[in-house]
Amino acid sequence: MSSERRIRVVVAKPGLDSHDRGAKIVARAFRDAGMEVIYTGLRQTPEQIVETALQEDVDVIALSILSGAHLALFPRIMELLKKRGLDDVLVFAGGIIPKEDIPHLKKIGLAEVFGPGTPTDILVKFVRENVHKRK
Amino acid sequence: MTNIKQLIDGVLKGDRRSIAKTISLIENDLPESGKAVSLLYPHTGKAHVVGMTGPPGSGKSTMIQKMVEELRRRGKTVGVVAVDPSSPFTGGAFLGDRVRMQDLSTDEGVFIRSMATRGSVGALAKATKDAVKVLDASGKDMVIVETVGAGQSEVEIIKVAHTVVVVLAPGLGDDIQAIKAGIMEIGDIFVVNKADRENVNKAMIDIETMLNMNPEREKWRPPVVKTTAITGEGITELLDKIDQHRRYLEAGAIATRHRQRVEAELVEAIKERVAQSIVEDSKQRGELDKLVQRILAKEMDPYSAADMLLAKRLKRFKTG
Repeated sequence: MSSERRIRVVVAKPGLDSHDRGAKIVARAFRDAGMEVIYTGLRQTPEQIVETALQEDVDVIALSILSGAHLALFPRIMELLKKRGLDDVLVFAGGIIPKEDIPHLKKIGLAEVFGPGTPTDILVKFVRENVHKRK
Repeated sequence: MTNIKQLIDGVLKGDRRSIAKTISLIENDLPESGKAVSLLYPHTGKAHVVGMTGPPGSGKSTMIQKMVEELRRRGKTVGVVAVDPSSPFTGGAFLGDRVRMQDLSTDEGVFIRSMATRGSVGALAKATKDAVKVLDASGKDMVIVETVGAGQSEVEIIKVAHTVVVVLAPGLGDDIQAIKAGIMEIGDIFVVNKADRENVNKAMIDIETMLNMNPEREKWRPPVVKTTAITGEGITELLDKIDQHRRYLEAGAIATRHRQRVEAELVEAIKERVAQSIVEDSKQRGELDKLVQRILAKEMDPYSAADMLLAKRLKRFKTG
């Protein structure tokens, strides 16, 4: 029985958040949608997130952040992804991110930013429609 | 279009991106994966492959983290393949073993890959075995495979590991008695983790008793090690025992086991190809469908149908 290609997603929490209920809900929703979800846990540095994405050869990185540190952390993450040759990975974020910061985040390479309470089927649909099916 | 030769060269140099891409290539069974495996194969056989198995909740992931940390202190490089089950309904998987090992992500001497079983019958997908080959070829001193601790399928691990470590913990519901015979027979080292709990000594005695009942397969008597993975206690002793087992294997036993493993792999590869070829052929000719109808109508059973199909196919073989 040959395995079919599955969408692989990293769900990561950069920075010093201590609440991950949202991230886990999203992780489970992706699993229920047939994806393979690598959950990294709390307090990830940009370096750890990018390394994980590299080793796990993921198609998607889902960043969950509540602490307000997105403007400090996300640019670093995008920079590292480019450096490691991972620019075809779909990156998006969710959590507590002010609307006025979203244009800037999109400019640095995030495909989308979702607000709290976004229904998970919207996230699943977004991933399916936007993931770059590589090789 | 990836250049396979370049990719494999990258693996041999230890380039992480190449390793990751190659594992994906093989896992997804892409057309070039056969070529990738055949280019890698001559470079395998140097790493010590350790399988970690045991019931869920016994603390395998935490233990692996501590083992890797200690191995790094000893100057060794390590690959870890962490396997979790795919949902039989959605096909998806929650791969959470890495959480306990995340501090190691940025260590250049460690490569961690999470894999889902993807509908494999055993807990170890075929792709897992190939992922081990990739990590082996990339020059890792040790490759640790963490399997799903769920019953009989753990016995699969012996096909890929040189040393099988069975991790148990007291208080997981009288499990020592309930440990299936298969696991007791394939374990090279037994660990009682969470040794800070009650009933540790009872657990160790139970294991020793069961080991006494095993027929003497080999000259290696599996040691029982006590650990408290969270604090790191017992980990150095465990690694020393693993090393001891490696030396025991190198002294002779490894040749036999390796031969058995290679034969098993060859047989499995043949079975897979034969089955696929016959099924494809009968689908194309519409035979499969006809047989399914007949089975549904209770005219025949699946096994007779398979026999019939096989007989037809062999006849075609002869007459060309």
